[in-house]
Amino acid sequence: MTEEKRSSSLSILFDSIRWEEKALYEAAKKRGIKINNIDCKSLFIDLNGRDPSPYTNKVIIQRCVGYFKSIHSTAALEGLGAHVINSLRTATLCGNKLFAHMELQKAGVKTPKAVSAFSQESAIAAISSLGYPAVIKPTIGSWGRLIALLRDEDASKAVIEDREHMFPLYQVYYFEELVSRPPRDIRAIVIGDRVVAAIYRYSGPGEWKTNMALGGHAETCPLTNELEDTCLKATRVMDGQVVGVDLMESEEHGLIVHEINNTTEFKNTVRVTGVDIPGLIVDFSYKLGK
Amino acid sequence: MVKCTECDAEIKVPSDSLVGEIVTCSDCGASYELIKVEEGFSIKPAQVVGEDWGQ
Repeated sequence: MTEEKRSSSLSILFDSIRWEEKALYEAAKKRGIKINNIDCKSLFIDLNGRDPSPYTNKVIIQRCVGYFKSIHSTAALEGLGAHVINSLRTATLCGNKLFAHMELQKAGVKTPKAVSAFSQESAIAAISSLGYPAVIKPTIGSWGRLIALLRDEDASKAVIEDREHMFPLYQVYYFEELVSRPPRDIRAIVIGDRVVAAIYRYSGPGEWKTNMALGGHAETCPLTNELEDTCLKATRVMDGQVVGVDLMESEEHGLIVHEINNTTEFKNTVRVTGVDIPGLIVDFSYKLGK
Repeated sequence: MVKCTECDAEIKVPSDSLVGEIVTCSDCGASYELIKVEEGFSIKPAQVVGEDWGQ
């Protein structure tokens, strides 16, 4: 698609306008760039190919907060010739912790040790092989939901029994080692081939998870060579264009990547670092259309 | 200005608001999505979290 002329306007596909989406809109407006806000909830897409389709060569910043809406609308729009940021491949890999783990470990990017299992019985055996304490995570999910710390077999049995009564996705078991680290993780924002800003995210009171959605606080994280190299390598593995890379400072292994976010939130990173992330995303996206 | 359907308080809608933007009632905390009507904006209850939401 790079050889063809793309649109000189930008589109933002959203299902809810939060701080991030509004900031992207304002950044585009400030630059005099024509910006179309597309509400995914009002959108219907003719999936039958026409050449050109209404989406051919359009640059669309995918900002749907709902994973399933996001990935399916990306598939449709990309299939009709749009350049969606991020691509379906990136969204598919980043949106699934097991898929992401496999890509990272194949590429030699350090990531927490993990095991997977596909039944109640094998799940218990899987955690034992990893060792306690361990962390159970849904393969698809965010904001720390349904992530639990398993300290022993009794706790594991209770949590797994609950999962057995949920949607089948939750019976694809994914366990990670509990990484020894300071009570914080790192969110780094990558735009193109640059790490533009990073923050430390500290756990909230009485909480071991570091998700900002769970009440943690944030501070600026310096951009070291190690951090930049790790983030860029992880981003390239996923073919990411605009992503948020989450890392932990493992006492044993140094920086390890535990998640790459393809529709990254950046409100806290802007607030803490002062970096104009929405402006940089708009500049990067607009250039893709030229 | 719109009225919160939960507590009847007035919710200020800034002039630069966008259709689809989330506004929150400062009195009761209820969240609403802005929708376009002939005379400006109206509100409907917003989905504030979905099972597959996040990043």
